[in-house]
Amino acid sequence: MDGMYRGALAAAAAVVFIIVALIVIEITHGSLQSIRTLGWGFLVQTQWDPVADHYGALPYLYGTLVSSLLALVLAVPLGLGSAVFLTELAKGRTAAIVSFVMELLAAIPSIVYGIWGFFVLAPFLRTTLEPWLIANFGYLPLFRGVPFGIGMLNAGIVLAIMIIPTIVSISREVLLAIPRSLREASLALGATRAEALGVTLDAAKPGILGSIVLALGRALGETMAVTMVIGNTNRISASLLDPSATMASVIANEFTEATGALYLSALIQIALVLFAVTIIVNALARSLVWLTTGGRRDVAGAT
Amino acid sequence: MTQAETGTVAAPPVWVDRTPRSVHRLRAVTNLVVIGACVLAACLVVLPLVLIMGYLLANGVAGLNLAFFTHMPKPVGEAGGGMANAIVGTLLVVGTAALMALPLGIAAGVYLAEYGRGRFSTLVRYTTDVLSGVPSIVVGVVAYGLVVVPMGRFSGLAGSVALAILMLPPIIRATEEMVRLVPQSYRQAALALGAPRWKTTQQIVLPAAKAGIVTAGMLAVARAAGETAPLLFTALGNRFWSLRMDQPIATLPVFIYDYAKAPYTDWNRQAWTGALVLVLIVTVISLLLRLTVRRVRDR
Repeated sequence: MDGMYRGALAAAAAVVFIIVALIVIEITHGSLQSIRTLGWGFLVQTQWDPVADHYGALPYLYGTLVSSLLALVLAVPLGLGSAVFLTELAKGRTAAIVSFVMELLAAIPSIVYGIWGFFVLAPFLRTTLEPWLIANFGYLPLFRGVPFGIGMLNAGIVLAIMIIPTIVSISREVLLAIPRSLREASLALGATRAEALGVTLDAAKPGILGSIVLALGRALGETMAVTMVIGNTNRISASLLDPSATMASVIANEFTEATGALYLSALIQIALVLFAVTIIVNALARSLVWLTTGGRRDVAGAT
Repeated sequence: MTQAETGTVAAPPVWVDRTPRSVHRLRAVTNLVVIGACVLAACLVVLPLVLIMGYLLANGVAGLNLAFFTHMPKPVGEAGGGMANAIVGTLLVVGTAALMALPLGIAAGVYLAEYGRGRFSTLVRYTTDVLSGVPSIVVGVVAYGLVVVPMGRFSGLAGSVALAILMLPPIIRATEEMVRLVPQSYRQAALALGAPRWKTTQQIVLPAAKAGIVTAGMLAVARAAGETAPLLFTALGNRFWSLRMDQPIATLPVFIYDYAKAPYTDWNRQAWTGALVLVLIVTVISLLLRLTVRRVRDR
């Protein structure tokens, strides 16, 4: 009886292997036609033309990469600052409020961020921020063009808001895992709080890096919010003001409309690439966080 | 002569601070700047939530009435109407997904907590982490291939399969954590009384962990209820009343997406109301559950 019970539970646990295997088999099988016809040149070609039945995914790879990196540039300083604020500076109620806000932000569905970005942030960018950027920094290729409101900048900002909770909650756990004695020793030697903080941050470096990479993983795969605010235009442009598209957004937009077999297969191949990239990024992130926190599962598992 | 004999003690060396005062001032200023920057960051991080919630309430409350929950969507141009079919559809799709994911996830979590020492368990944990990192749109593509293609049509069931895959990792993780919280003495007492291992788990450990498992499981379900991407090409959507899981079915997130994209102001307004309802369902419920989970854990 004991053996049967244990066996039944183990079988349930083994289902996760089956699911991951099914995911791999399904998307590999689905993209076979595309891989055979287009080869891996698929990844470096820029033309995406369903009419001519020719597909190149580079603009989407580019869009995913740039929007995620932009989100990191915006989110990392804010997230890290807040994590430090929560662990080193804030007490009691203030810390509780900020943590509460982080949990709320993490629980808001992605589509709601999309609606906000589309109806609120986009008009603001179009009428206020983007004209200002063009007027003052228009000499940079980054801020050249027409203020659309919808585009890479909007996607980057929305993504940043969405990944800040990940950075804050995990960096915070990592900082808490650093022994107090380290900062106490620094303070006792006459270091200022900022200098003691530097020592703590130095010890927490791998874990914090892990939280950032985990946030990157979230940003890479984020679909609905980005689809609503990025403009879904298949082109590579240096300007952050221009509309773009990501791997996830092109799948969301075109999957139900994909009539040809090769068209559908090309979209599934994009899913395959996205899957591979996020798996690698996540594996890296989890190893980094485990390194600093000694494999405490509640930390490593927090998303 | 030694010091003791003369009765004099050599003065301790006096440390003279030769650092220029400007360095100290610089350090103090740096300190203030760093602390100020952290406080500023915390303030800026709170701002988006205020903005999002504010706009959500401002734009969504107007359309929030009973009809929104009880009426069917109206054709373009006709004012009023609701999202009754989408709300019921979401409940059906999410409920079916929970029926698939909860038993499996809880059993797997119990296994990890009670027997999870060997290499197999480490591998299960790692795979669960991997699974939780798979983007939801990719899970949608997989459910399309697994259910929609063999069935020959979009269906609520396909949406449920996609959501179940997304629910599984958080359920497994939370169950493991909750079962681990049951004091070791409970197990020892049961075993000492002669209960076999499986009976100990089933009748002593699980009842003790029940409250935590239920709330944590609900949390995972609530989160999945807000997912849009995996439903786009599985459950698809439906403008009519349908309870059939083998047919395309309307869900709240997809409805909101369609209404937000549409070029009609009235639809956009309803999208805001839908978003408000979704946030009330997903965010508020999951927050309440989280607080409960924390209370269980801290006890």
